[in-house]
Amino acid sequence: MRYLPKSPADREAMLKTIGLRSVDELFAPIPGEYRLTRDLKVPRQMAESEIVDYFRQRSRENGEGYTSFLGAGAYLHYRPVIIDSLISRGEFLTAYTPYQAEISQGTLQSIFEFQTMICELTGMEVANASMYDGSTAAAEAVMMAVRLTGRRSVVVARSLHPEYREVLATYATHQGMPLSVAGFGDDGRLNLTELEKSITPETACVLIQSPNFFGTIEDVASIAEIAHKHGAMLVVSIAEAVSLGIVEPPRQADVIAMEAQSFGVPLGFGGPYCGVIATREKYVRQMPGRLVGQTVDKQGKRGFVLTLATREQHIRREKATSNICTNQALVALMVNIFMTVYGKVGLKELAKQNLAKTAYAAGQFAKHGKLLFSGAPRFNEFVVETSEDPHAINNRLLEHKIVGGLPLKKFYPELRNAALWCCTELTTRSAIDAAVGVAAASESPVGTSKVESGLEEVAR
Amino acid sequence: MKHITRKATRHVNQNEGLIFEKSSPDKAAWKLPPLDVPEVDTSKLLGSSERKDLGNMPEVSEIEIIRHFTRLSTWNYAIDLGMYPLGSCTMKYNPRVNEAVARVEGIANGHPYQPEKISQGALQILKTLSECLIEITGMDAITLQPAAGAHGEMTGLLMVRAYHQSKGNARKKILIPDSAHGTNPATAAMVNYAVENLKSDSRGMVDIAALEAQMSDDVAALMLTNPNTLGVFEQDIHKIADILHAKGGLLYMDGANMNALVGKVRPGDFGVDVMHLNLHKTFSTPHGGGGPGSGPVAIKKNLEPFLPTPVVLTKADGTLGFNYDRPQSVGRVRAFYGNFGMFVRALAYIQANGPDGLRQTTEDAVLNANYIRKGLEGTYDLPYSTPTMHEVVFSDRLQAKKGVRTMDIAKRLIDYGFHPYTTAFPLIVPGALMIEPTESEPKEELDLFIEAMKSIADEVEEDPQTVLDAPHSTRVSRLDETAAARKPILRWKPAV
Repeated sequence: MRYLPKSPADREAMLKTIGLRSVDELFAPIPGEYRLTRDLKVPRQMAESEIVDYFRQRSRENGEGYTSFLGAGAYLHYRPVIIDSLISRGEFLTAYTPYQAEISQGTLQSIFEFQTMICELTGMEVANASMYDGSTAAAEAVMMAVRLTGRRSVVVARSLHPEYREVLATYATHQGMPLSVAGFGDDGRLNLTELEKSITPETACVLIQSPNFFGTIEDVASIAEIAHKHGAMLVVSIAEAVSLGIVEPPRQADVIAMEAQSFGVPLGFGGPYCGVIATREKYVRQMPGRLVGQTVDKQGKRGFVLTLATREQHIRREKATSNICTNQALVALMVNIFMTVYGKVGLKELAKQNLAKTAYAAGQFAKHGKLLFSGAPRFNEFVVETSEDPHAINNRLLEHKIVGGLPLKKFYPELRNAALWCCTELTTRSAIDAAVGVAAASESPVGTSKVESGLEEVAR
Repeated sequence: MKHITRKATRHVNQNEGLIFEKSSPDKAAWKLPPLDVPEVDTSKLLGSSERKDLGNMPEVSEIEIIRHFTRLSTWNYAIDLGMYPLGSCTMKYNPRVNEAVARVEGIANGHPYQPEKISQGALQILKTLSECLIEITGMDAITLQPAAGAHGEMTGLLMVRAYHQSKGNARKKILIPDSAHGTNPATAAMVNYAVENLKSDSRGMVDIAALEAQMSDDVAALMLTNPNTLGVFEQDIHKIADILHAKGGLLYMDGANMNALVGKVRPGDFGVDVMHLNLHKTFSTPHGGGGPGSGPVAIKKNLEPFLPTPVVLTKADGTLGFNYDRPQSVGRVRAFYGNFGMFVRALAYIQANGPDGLRQTTEDAVLNANYIRKGLEGTYDLPYSTPTMHEVVFSDRLQAKKGVRTMDIAKRLIDYGFHPYTTAFPLIVPGALMIEPTESEPKEELDLFIEAMKSIADEVEEDPQTVLDAPHSTRVSRLDETAAARKPILRWKPAV
């Protein structure tokens, strides 16, 4: 086996040193009746070339070569080449969690820089070293607000990513945290009247997303005012990190729960991504996840360590702020390098291109379908309602190797024939024009009943 | 420092400040293509939501970024440099073909919401990996959704709770041995179960009498790590399972130490009802400085209705799809389907090994741990003489007489070119030295390690101060953690 560095003679010699005759004796502690006496039924040992072939084949069956207009919490942005060059260095790739600070300064300093840039971009004072993803970060941020306020109920915007809402519901079930949902108005933004009505003296926090699931930028200031007036905290989820280049961050929030996938992380069929929680300094001791802090060594030299570990499971066990241990460190490093590459000016210019492409596409689609939620500013996503079922449109687009917008009916039955489209800096004008052309081609009714049966299937 | 020779030598190592300290206006490492659509007036589109300033984000060139991170990288230890004997962490070789196949276009750029008919490749990977892991664990079904071990624990306990609830009583407590990882009690708390500690016997195993006494209708499950954190296989495992099952409880296995079992014994065969795996331990996906991980949860048939949604299914036409219609599901634990990139790597690892390679891997991992045990027995105190599986736990009892503790020995090990072992864990061994070599170490590296540990033991006798002041060869030494926690500096700020 090519990963194993011992010769039969080595094994022989080692067994002899230990004083054993055979390897089987090493497994004597396992009661005989449970020992496996056959081969595992897994694929036979494959050569590297066969493994590469296998995955190339799977790749060809997996949307290779398609142009996509999907966003909805997972965004295709350009990834500068140096991200993979740098994260492929074995010293980053194959290092453990930096508990031994003396030989982990590279990882520790890079996390410290990551925390700093997340703070700069979100307008918060502290950020952690990462969470699993945006959905679990949002759930953990809510639990943090519950601990901080001593209240238990939560108001969630219906315009929060539906899968984030599901995750929160799972986390909240056994915590005795009642959830209520506040709907959205004609402009796609959180309905403030409904919000007012949903908040009670027991509301720990209001959880919203901005830009929200429809790409619409929420009126964070007004929402914060309402939440704070009732003594509730405001937790804001950001799923599209590139928006931070041009959209004012939710500075009025008490906690920000972010998905940083847009910053240089491959789509990868949904993961691994990079969640982050950022907040005010005064709340840091209730924040979950690892944190890196600056300190000095015994000679007074600047250095970095994991800090405030008394919040964490390996010290506090059942009294910890969360059970999180392993995080998304290497993905956070991708994010860190991406932020460094684009920096102060590049991020803004990048976000501007997203805005321009989306404005153009929304304008083109509006000629043939109805653009929903046009009363509020948006970033790089928009919702189009068509008279034709969007699944049928998407089926036609697939023939042109185009993946159309996400039909919303599954998550929002009331939005019937609406779909969520996304453009990034990588979306070309010609792709937009082609998609609009195919989508519009049969805006006139077709035999929908015929295709309908196959449509649901195609969408998922 | 006369003892240090064999493995490590000091060499010149570049200094590097924070990236912000290299920044200056109008340096750039990016270039966008010309815009092919009309420019937009951002203030008109965004109004008061427009952001004007990005604060102190850096402005640097590409070569500076390359050097910055390359220099930082050289300050890290890594498996690629040498042995990483962290107990319970399974720091094994991370095969490079895994990285290559995870970057193939359709795999790296697949969108989680792309239509199922153009997602068959990804679905096939999910299905094949699931089947392999079910076979390896001897369980009946699996979810790949949890993002890490602790997340898997939570998912597993959610299913335990749902199972009991379906029987009319969710129960109140989880039993956890005193040797368990900290995530176990923290997880039980997140699922709103009370934690009850279970003590170990003189062999370092679950005290059967205590378990019998503590087991009641209030106990939902026992969370057991097997082999446990002492590297000891719970020989009475079936008795343990029987005691739980007799009173309707479930046996949860923390699979952190599965590297001792793959291909040799299957948890499903010895009474486990639910368990998680750590793909970033047993199945070679890289730790990456702390993550990403992946924590699939394998279960027995009776827990299947409670799996998180969605699950992969084969449709009537033979194609694969996701099934969301699972009324008894515990719900989602993460958006999308889990850390898919880790599934790709884990499957590539299984393929590279095959059944024979997986078995040999386990045998080598156990052989290595026992070789170290033999080499250091006598030099370091072995608090439990029970047979060792994949890791061995010594204590600093002998060295403590000279005022040298496990952390000091660990720090001194750095000077010898090794990453320290796990210190001060498990909690049932005061001053623990927990050593897990994995299968990835050649005999030569193990010999160097044993030699280094013996040499440090000699130093403790002859010159304990050298050990107490270690490490001597690193960029920084013994950082002030107390100061860091007392007045936390968690981000860089420009000098005013």
